Amino acid sequence: MQRRQFVQTAGAGSVLGALGMVTGCATSGGSGGPHVVVVGGGYGGATAAKYVRLWSDHGIRVTLVEPSAAFISCPISNLVLGGSKTMADITTPYDNLVRRHGVNLVRDMVTSIDPDKRTVKLAGGSELTYDRLILSPGVDFMWDTLPGMAKPGAQDKVLHSWKAGPQTVALRKQLEAMPDGGVYALSIPLAPYRCPPGPYERACQVASYFSKAKPRSKVLILDANDDVTSKGPLFKKAWAERYKGIVEYRPKHKAVDVDAATNTLKFEFNDEVKASVLNVIPDMRAGDIAVRTGLATANKRWCEVDFLTHESRAAKNIHVLGDSIQIAPGMPKSGHMANQHGKTCAAAVVALLTGKQPNALPIYNNTCYSFVSEEDVVHVASVHRYDAAQKTMVTVPGSGGVSTAANELEGRYALAWARNIWADTLA
Amino acid sequence: MKKSKMLVASALVGLSGWASAQAIDPLQLRSWAAACANCHGTAGVAQSGMESLAGANKDDMLKKLLDFKTGRKPATLMHQLSKGYSDEQLEALAGYFAALKK
Repeated sequence: MQRRQFVQTAGAGSVLGALGMVTGCATSGGSGGPHVVVVGGGYGGATAAKYVRLWSDHGIRVTLVEPSAAFISCPISNLVLGGSKTMADITTPYDNLVRRHGVNLVRDMVTSIDPDKRTVKLAGGSELTYDRLILSPGVDFMWDTLPGMAKPGAQDKVLHSWKAGPQTVALRKQLEAMPDGGVYALSIPLAPYRCPPGPYERACQVASYFSKAKPRSKVLILDANDDVTSKGPLFKKAWAERYKGIVEYRPKHKAVDVDAATNTLKFEFNDEVKASVLNVIPDMRAGDIAVRTGLATANKRWCEVDFLTHESRAAKNIHVLGDSIQIAPGMPKSGHMANQHGKTCAAAVVALLTGKQPNALPIYNNTCYSFVSEEDVVHVASVHRYDAAQKTMVTVPGSGGVSTAANELEGRYALAWARNIWADTLA
Repeated sequence: MKKSKMLVASALVGLSGWASAQAIDPLQLRSWAAACANCHGTAGVAQSGMESLAGANKDDMLKKLLDFKTGRKPATLMHQLSKGYSDEQLEALAGYFAALKK
């Protein structure tokens, strides 16, 4: 392990050279070489920041603006709810991006972007100028579709836990405090939303916890969609066989309001449901900063991009990545995909800033593992390539697929996947 | 020996494939290879529990990839991912990773 880390460090340029860039970046801010500002240190933004540095041989200065002290992974966070992993297991510091790759990390929030002047304003009061901006703000929630959630305290009581962090811990506490015999209800929005199989994995994880600690309790899945949106037969098999009598799945349940005071969920067509623990995943759209900048041109929700470069179709020199984009056919909103966007965009940004042609044929894959218990996992995989005639990414015919059955071997691969993608994004 | 493996690999992908694989732009190939890093590590050097690709034997890697693709070699998901690439692309990727430092 140590040897590998050394090789990686050395491979990024001479160790002394890399250190020199760190101090140069941290102090100079404005001098020497093009400047790329990356907004958001999730799977998309952190990967883009690292790879712009790697692929420009440290010639392009990169500033990453991220408010959080550390990266907390959404993938694997359902296992924290299930009780088999801790927050420490899914948390990675940003240190290596700074130390190893010379990324200038600014712990702040971007409040506005001026695409004409090519500047961003930060909540802390300072301003950054960029040659190219990489925007990876993830999703924000459309709270106006659930009016009751605007009441004071509602969002502290009825949690989404769809951004791993304090709400992950808070939901686990609610589950631990729930008496045996209680009902945990999970509301799923209409697709598209972040991580298609995520809600169904969450149902499995909570059911796994209940089966051991509170066997008389129930998991009630209230899905706005007509059917399970990902790995349907595999999840349904897990619910029927592993969690018989615990999990109940109800499709076509579109939530229209929440009464947080009584933990009651109201629907368009169905009877209301009251739960001991109510977990509502609201409708979502591109992160606020992308919407405010006028980049969310698809249904006012998602940002349309050129898939060769990830440059916004609405603003020049601004590239958008990850869950915020209007996805191509068959492309999930996933951390794995955001990481692929990050590398595709980084290569294109380096090419554009050094007078080269961006890659005309991006090809990348998505792999998504879901834990149906503490050990057993099912996957969905796909390969995506650029189609010049349609000007979008398409899935390659004949490729991709799902597991034949949940299995422990893929449970080990899933955790290895996590270690590897965290390292590819942050180390 | 190495020469015989080379011949096997050439026979598998065909001579035209061999020729076109040589023509792939290095930066394009670097981007294709980077898509494997999510599981197999940045520059093909993996974290624990997954196979490193950097510095592996090109012919062995290509044979494995083609066997995944045809279904000769069982896999959890590599049979599904390898079908997303042409034989020439797989050969170019095997060559790319083989040339990286372990």
